[in-house]
Amino acid sequence: MSADTSPAIQLRGASKIFRTPSGGLHTAVRELDLTIGRGEFVAVVGPTGCGKSTTLTLVSGLEEPSEGEVLVAGEPVRGVGDKVGFVFQQDATFPWRTVLSNVMAGPRFRGVPKSEAKEKAREWLARVGLAAFEDRYPHQLSGGQRKRVALAATFVNDPEILLMDEPFSALDVQTRALMSDELLELWAGTGASVVFVTHDLEESIALADKVVVMTAGPATVKQVFDIDLPRPRKVESVRLEPRFIEIYREIWESLGEEVRITRERGAANVA
Amino acid sequence: MSPDVMPEAQVALTMTEPGNKTDRAHSRARAARRRKIAVMAARVLLLVAVLGLWEVFSRAKVIDAFNFSMPSKIWDQVYAWVMHGTAQGPLGEQIWYTLYEALLGWVLGVIVGVVFGIVLGRITFLADVLGPYIKVLNSIPRIVLAPIFMIWFGLGPASKVASAVVLVFFPVFFNAFQGAREVDRNLVANARILGASNRRVTLQVVIPSATSWIFTSLHVSFGFALIGAIVGEYLGATKGIGLLISQSQGTFNTAGVYAAMVILAVVALGAEGLLTFAERRIFRWKPTGSDS
Repeated sequence: MSADTSPAIQLRGASKIFRTPSGGLHTAVRELDLTIGRGEFVAVVGPTGCGKSTTLTLVSGLEEPSEGEVLVAGEPVRGVGDKVGFVFQQDATFPWRTVLSNVMAGPRFRGVPKSEAKEKAREWLARVGLAAFEDRYPHQLSGGQRKRVALAATFVNDPEILLMDEPFSALDVQTRALMSDELLELWAGTGASVVFVTHDLEESIALADKVVVMTAGPATVKQVFDIDLPRPRKVESVRLEPRFIEIYREIWESLGEEVRITRERGAANVA
Repeated sequence: MSPDVMPEAQVALTMTEPGNKTDRAHSRARAARRRKIAVMAARVLLLVAVLGLWEVFSRAKVIDAFNFSMPSKIWDQVYAWVMHGTAQGPLGEQIWYTLYEALLGWVLGVIVGVVFGIVLGRITFLADVLGPYIKVLNSIPRIVLAPIFMIWFGLGPASKVASAVVLVFFPVFFNAFQGAREVDRNLVANARILGASNRRVTLQVVIPSATSWIFTSLHVSFGFALIGAIVGEYLGATKGIGLLISQSQGTFNTAGVYAAMVILAVVALGAEGLLTFAERRIFRWKPTGSDS
């Protein structure tokens, strides 16, 4: 298989076992098998704390799998590669850098000359609608604006693979819908493959081509659903379509069971 | 008829409302101003009362003027030093010597402390190896090293600089170390994803986020540097404010000891002011709410 036709991401029997501070072993994910094609938008949903985020850190190269293989563009992942972009759940903008300098950080880290980095950064800032804010510091922006900075800072690197770890979960509902639409617009031009982790089923169906349902922790892939809603989509209106509701019901049947298991376990722990 | 009246009533309403508001804002501002003046007046009054009582008690022989001196004598002493110089040369020279020793010791101590702190904060192996030794060294009251430095480096500024360095090093080191350890893991992960090498992570993520930790220690440690320089001079020197103190003490010149203290306080406050100014410039990126 040549590198050009190989899928963007492949996980083959990947497991991740952490050592807990008390010396025990904690299996975050087990025997993950998942293939994500080029340009595909895949959402990963699962009960809280089941290990969805670990999947992303394995693909990003921030962590190595304890067992199995992770391939990006047909090559095994060794350390953080230059193909990957990552939008974190928490704020990860550099508070001591201005907005422009934050967006320039990626290209500068990769050795792009300053003037060129500035030009690219301004272009992306304009695309996320923050051109007028380039001299501000992150603390002077709203949560939604900071997320936009994070998006621009990620997209400016032209990632082939975009990993998103509940990126909009800290935002209020209206901002969230707005950001989801913006994300779809930004992504449409890039041809990047996206893995979007969320615990919000609605969000995942509205955004993705495929929804992957994970089991209760230690997580593995339970089921994969194809979302056949036409693009371009608008998050607010697509969720009112009958087909959307149909899909929602279908996936929830699968996901709800895992959520129930997690909840019962939590109750058992408390008792 | 009535349609004509209505708008007028509305106009009247909108006219009075902003007027009311500015009135209230006015009186609030006036109250704040009055409070500020009251605080200042009370401060001045307190100072005058303390100094006045001291002077009066001393003159009335309620307290021993020889041991406790009095503000007027201290003032005379400062005046005499300023106008006619001290026994070992002009006052400016003494201040400059002490300041020079303290500053040099401070800068060296800060540099060494920050470098060690960041390096050990980043390289866990080194931190684990050196940890216990640093704890032991830190437990020694470091001012007792001053006599040894005197033997090693002689009466000149070098021995004072050395005692200032050892006093400054530890607080700066511990803060830099802590700062490097407590860097937001998300920021480091983000920088790595964006393509930063290990060196860049250290220079552009760890050091900037440790700066607020380091700066807290800078305020304290400048005081320590002054202590190091003064104690060093007190033990033996050819110039400096510490020498002024020890000579005043040697001649039972209580006013001289106090006068040197006054001069030191002014110097320390000036340095503190400069540091705060620098801090404001560097931390422009911080929300002003968290400024103390």
